[in-house]
Amino acid sequence: MPPAETATAEAEAVVTPVGVPAPAGTPTTDVVGLGRLRALGFITPALLLIGVFLIFPAVWTLYIGATDFRLTGTQAAEPNIVGLANYERALGDRSFYNSLWLTLLFVLGSAVIGQNGLGFALAWTLRDTAEWVRRTVEALVLLAWILPSSVVAFLWIAMLERDGGTVNALVGQVPGTAWLIEYPMLGIIIFNIWRGTAFSLMLYGAALSSVPPSHLETARLAGASGAQTLRDVVFPYIRGHALTNTLLITLWTFNDFTPYLITAGGPNHESEIIAVYIYNTAIVGGDMGYSGAISLIVLLINLLLALVYLRAIRTAARLRRAT
Amino acid sequence: MHRSIGARARMLAALAGVLVVAAATTGCLGGESDTDSGRNADAKEFTLTIAANAIAGGKNAAGAEWVEKWVIPQFVADQKGKGRTVTVKFQPSGAGDEEYKSKVALDLRAGTGADIYSIDGIWVGEFADAGYIKPLSDLAGADKVDGWDGWSQIPQPAQNNMSYQGKRYGVPSGTDGRVVYFNKKLFAQAGLPADWQPKSWDEILAAGQAVKTKLPGVTPIQLNAGTAMGEATSMQGALPLLVGAGAQIWSDGKWQGNTQAIRDVLGFYEKIYKGGLGDPVIQQDAKGRDKSFQAFAAGKIAILFEGDYFWRSVVEPNKGIAKMADRNDAVGYALIPAMKPGAGIRGQDFVSMSGGGGNVLNPGTKYPQQAWELLQFMNSKEATVALLNGAARITHRQDVNSEVLAGDPMLSMVSQKVLPLTAYRPGFAVYPQVSQALQQATLDVVTGKSAADAAAAYQRAVEGLVGGADKVASG
Amino acid sequence: MSRLTTVDTPAVAPGREAALAVVRRILFYVLVGLGTVFFALPMLWLLSAPLDDTPTYAVRLPDALTLDNFAEISRNRYAVSSLVNSTVLAVGTMVLVVVAAALAAYALSRARVPGRDALLYLLLLLSSVVTGTAAMVPVYLLIYSLKLIDTHVGVVLVLTGGLLPAAIFLLKDFIDTIPRSYEESARVFGASPLQILRHIVVPVARPGLATIGVWTLVQVWGSFLTPFILLSNPDKQPAAVLVRTFYTEGGSPDLGLITAFSLLYSVPVVLMYLLAWSRYGFRFHGGIKS
Repeated sequence: MPPAETATAEAEAVVTPVGVPAPAGTPTTDVVGLGRLRALGFITPALLLIGVFLIFPAVWTLYIGATDFRLTGTQAAEPNIVGLANYERALGDRSFYNSLWLTLLFVLGSAVIGQNGLGFALAWTLRDTAEWVRRTVEALVLLAWILPSSVVAFLWIAMLERDGGTVNALVGQVPGTAWLIEYPMLGIIIFNIWRGTAFSLMLYGAALSSVPPSHLETARLAGASGAQTLRDVVFPYIRGHALTNTLLITLWTFNDFTPYLITAGGPNHESEIIAVYIYNTAIVGGDMGYSGAISLIVLLINLLLALVYLRAIRTAARLRRAT
Repeated sequence: MHRSIGARARMLAALAGVLVVAAATTGCLGGESDTDSGRNADAKEFTLTIAANAIAGGKNAAGAEWVEKWVIPQFVADQKGKGRTVTVKFQPSGAGDEEYKSKVALDLRAGTGADIYSIDGIWVGEFADAGYIKPLSDLAGADKVDGWDGWSQIPQPAQNNMSYQGKRYGVPSGTDGRVVYFNKKLFAQAGLPADWQPKSWDEILAAGQAVKTKLPGVTPIQLNAGTAMGEATSMQGALPLLVGAGAQIWSDGKWQGNTQAIRDVLGFYEKIYKGGLGDPVIQQDAKGRDKSFQAFAAGKIAILFEGDYFWRSVVEPNKGIAKMADRNDAVGYALIPAMKPGAGIRGQDFVSMSGGGGNVLNPGTKYPQQAWELLQFMNSKEATVALLNGAARITHRQDVNSEVLAGDPMLSMVSQKVLPLTAYRPGFAVYPQVSQALQQATLDVVTGKSAADAAAAYQRAVEGLVGGADKVASG
Repeated sequence: MSRLTTVDTPAVAPGREAALAVVRRILFYVLVGLGTVFFALPMLWLLSAPLDDTPTYAVRLPDALTLDNFAEISRNRYAVSSLVNSTVLAVGTMVLVVVAAALAAYALSRARVPGRDALLYLLLLLSSVVTGTAAMVPVYLLIYSLKLIDTHVGVVLVLTGGLLPAAIFLLKDFIDTIPRSYEESARVFGASPLQILRHIVVPVARPGLATIGVWTLVQVWGSFLTPFILLSNPDKQPAAVLVRTFYTEGGSPDLGLITAFSLLYSVPVVLMYLLAWSRYGFRFHGGIKS
């Protein structure tokens, strides 16, 4: 019998939930005998695709940020290199700062606090429920994430309608508040929490299941309250995961475009988060140079955020190894 | 030395990227197209494609069906009679205007795509500046283009809508006019006449006041405002008022800034929205225009400024999107008055604005002569009548108008009375942005700023857009 | 600081303890109940509006139940083909992404590649640029110069490029948690890395691969701008583009058509998610953790 198949049979038979995870952060040794060359070979397809279809257009876009290129008009035929002019314009542009501020609110409210909080709360509460309850809630939460953006946008427009929307109908005021006009940021924050909690729920579900049950049992026997258990037993285990999760959803939410389908950045730029701002500048305003520059600024901000998170993750990992 | 795979790959990719970027962007885009207008003129077999922002079963479905069911079969048959085998394809799209515009710009830029494009009249300027479209006479030959007999049937202002710097870039495809609609039944309840024809802005305000007093729960006036409604705010709201105050948005080399006319317009907005005669919330709604239509159809708005599109597609009894079964009895229409009699442009007592688009040729087309032939075919008298498909609608051809509009008094009125009074938007590349600044000014007023402040802010915005205060009229 | 008490000397009176427990239970049910309602509520409109003769934004029992909206969809020439196109694009991208990401993630996880974290984060950041609108012109011109305008291949390649970084990122994280012991033993038996990948890692990583596959599919299914820019022929347009065309002549959304089509448009993706979920479970993390 060929050796590979024996190994496979062994692997499939022996795989159980109890494994030995490789500790994060330690240098990996080339146990599989991949070797430099072959590893490069494995990476090549992805690298090729990324190189041509991601890096190239992205760098080009950032280059356009240094020109006054427009999609129509004379600057379309003969764009000039204007160096840092677009950036100067951005730094002095109140609508740009408005957009950044709104994006910050959006990310903090819907991702860092909202999705994280709700995802964790649901994961924690669902641990001890009946299987069918857990499955149903999971199914619904995931469904909200699976449905295509244009569909969910319409669903929420219908929810928040002034005349006859579901929220107003439940509150009993028809016609009631025009939510998307009077509280647009609140509207899109709640929408994004609804939309994206699935990822956090799944992550925390898996993370919580990795907390050794014995520790939880000990805490319960010692009479620790729920809050204390959370703080002393659970958090140390999931801190790394929580940070990774928060990093990913921060980056995703920062660049999220879907709220455009609900409020189009309005009314009067009140919900013009940065992805919508870029869209309005590029497509409605036709100013490709400016939107390219804004894209670079956004990239740098994302980089900054990522670095902050990475440092926190590394600290958390170090703390964990020390305990 | 030891460089990791990741770092090396990264460097290579970045280097490659920069090199290609430098090469590509300088030698940028789209091949040099053959500029000979007579190329492939003798081809016996060819394919042409028409593109429009219309799609069967969706946006502008009537237009899409016309192309697919009439133009294409008829043209193919017509060409067959001349011994040519032709395939004509239709490239529909149903996207929003701005998205369609971007797509068309990209296609034209690369010199690819359809041979004939349907575009909005206000895009002509910027497309021409960008080199995306060329004068018709350059593409198909001056004698062939100027010699078309259809031009005599198309009024000059309409032709100007598809022209730039004195040259024709496309053939207009329809036009329209704006009027002020009112609900006759609500008027009766408020004690206003069924044949109401206001002669000044004050009369409009007075009628609105009467509605407000006698019919609480009904919004007296719907005058489009704000940026959510986009160009609809300018076309149905600000611009008709502006020409009624005696000024065009651009004239004699200058754009309107903080002038008396603009202040008058914004002052009118102020009187309506601060006087409780209008609904400010709906102006800021992303779907505000649709909601205003539904509200009018439900008898919740008394006076509404809109184009003839409203009559034939919104409140139309059978197929309208906010149909009113009693439209012919309940909906009245009147000319939009100037601020005071004689205060409008050209000294007119009544004013209006018109828009519309047209079809242009793609300079990258392989068959310019044949494409021009198709374009003429699409704008012949029979084709235009076929486009209407029995519906009454204002076309760009006067011979067709006089025939088909006889049965519809409203559209006849527009064709005969409104079109002679109307004005068009300037075909400059920067117009859409100036229009946005104007929409923003109306939004400022609706949300509480004073007309004077809004006008000042508008002036600043326009100065920034058009490159200097010397290009902006103020006072 | 946790109080150290033993089990047989409760610090709180039993009655109060029980009451607290009941309160906790109630709160717990309330939370779960609220959560369920919160997530389910917006979806109700999708069930009521398509069957309504005169749909509005309100969720209500239709005055007149009708299947007309669906009938009109079936009359729409592009409806069925758009769903087929969506499937083609989604499956194509999914296959490409999963294969390329699996290979790359495995290599990055197992081989010694210092600097790979930085590389991955950089790619992740760049992917947000390329999926934004500012990259529209470069993407178009790139595809044009490759003569792939108006082809599904062009769209698949662009979407793949944009989705790969995140896919590799997530998958690498997942593969990191798979113990190397099995691969080591396989290596001892002389298996080549590709064989190891195929026969040992992939079966174990299936939940992760399925999750990435579903994630990719969902992203592509809802993608509007890239297909819109790169495709001209309406017969090639996916459903995400078509659903934006259900407006009436002046630009008002035709709610009946939109909701009916949205329902149809959502069904394949929901079915597929149910399929993947029931077979593999949905796991972004913790492949074999306890």
